[in-house]
Amino acid sequence: MIALDFRLEQGSFALEMRERLEARVTVLFGPSGAGKTTILEAIAGLRRPSRGTIAVNGRAVYDAARRIDLPAHGRHVGYVSQDVSLFPHLNVRRNLLYGQRRGGRLELGTVTSMLAIETLLDRDVRDLSGGEKQRVALGRALMSAPDILLLDEPLAAVDVELRRRILPYLERVRDEVKVPIIYVTHDRDEARRFADHVLLLERGTVVRSGDADAVLT
Amino acid sequence: MNLWQITTFTVVTAVAATLLMMPPGLLLAWLLARRRFRGRVLLETLVSLPLVMPPVATGLILLMLFAPRGPIGRMLSVLGVEVIFTWRAVVLAMTVMGLPLFVRTLRAGIEQVDRRYEAIAATLGAGPFRVFFSITLPLALPALIAGAVLGFARAVGEFGATIMVAGSIPGVTRTLPVAIYTFAETGRDRDAAILLAVSATIAAAALWLANHLSSRAGVRP
Repeated sequence: MIALDFRLEQGSFALEMRERLEARVTVLFGPSGAGKTTILEAIAGLRRPSRGTIAVNGRAVYDAARRIDLPAHGRHVGYVSQDVSLFPHLNVRRNLLYGQRRGGRLELGTVTSMLAIETLLDRDVRDLSGGEKQRVALGRALMSAPDILLLDEPLAAVDVELRRRILPYLERVRDEVKVPIIYVTHDRDEARRFADHVLLLERGTVVRSGDADAVLT
Repeated sequence: MNLWQITTFTVVTAVAATLLMMPPGLLLAWLLARRRFRGRVLLETLVSLPLVMPPVATGLILLMLFAPRGPIGRMLSVLGVEVIFTWRAVVLAMTVMGLPLFVRTLRAGIEQVDRRYEAIAATLGAGPFRVFFSITLPLALPALIAGAVLGFARAVGEFGATIMVAGSIPGVTRTLPVAIYTFAETGRDRDAAILLAVSATIAAAALWLANHLSSRAGVRP
């Protein structure tokens, strides 16, 4: 469960969030510039709010009044961005193992077979296709045994055909790894297919909230 | 003239100086490339000062600091360590003169590294220390190599500061450039010419090694 109650200002842009996210998959939906990525970055500890609180599963990772601001590496938050940032100097296996947490729930073999990337382990990441890169990035985040998984338009950079092929993997992750997901997209179909709960964002505020059918009319 | 002694002495002290540049150099390059803090401009100026000041003036400052009655020299003499006019002074002068080139080159390299890699590594649980050594530095490896070679080349060629703090004692502190000067000054043109050829060879070898290493590193972020 993610409890967000914070304000973040950046130049003339202000983001105001007051939400409790309890669904398996929450989709942040809205036009670019609405603040979707900024919310993920604030949760991951990559961007500091101006005030308020952020709690993941009851643990305060940010609390301005109590001067709590856990660094990104102490938050146990998995983050997959749209421009896949696989480490270019490490091969697939070493990328996957980079954030492996001792006592994590997932073994390398489990993750690689779930995402069908077993055969890629010894490959150079620069030789992967877009879809393969995205699956490796997803696997790498899972290997760190996160308390929550943040997916920032994971399919934005791949074409329609590839998107159709990767979506089932995302659904497997959702169904087999019991970790809450926050999913950013501006694609209506993706949102509808994937979301248990949708937040519609515009210019830094949530303008509508509910299940996919109610919000995405 | 003991060509072999002068050459090995110069190369060994320059290698030692290059290794000594690394710990402070890595820290300074990272601080200047990645951190915003009070006194940053001052630090940047101090680091680059030996690059723009006359080397002889830098040597004079080192002489004042490390002389047996200087602020640092006094502490070292308590420990029984003498610096001025010993091989240590040669290494000291080389380190101080090479450091700015090492830091500036590595800093530029670090600034080229995409910060998203560092951010992702942090979300995967890596603290700042691990992020630096497992992500930032490997991705900036060509700059690290280039900086080390520049620092080494500067150390081999160091003259002004060396002559101030170490002098030109044959067999003790006489390096290649100092020897070339001494020989040319005293009319030993043939010896000077031989040392000139040795200097050129070392410089070419360093450049070749740098190119070889960076192509083998082969990291293009």
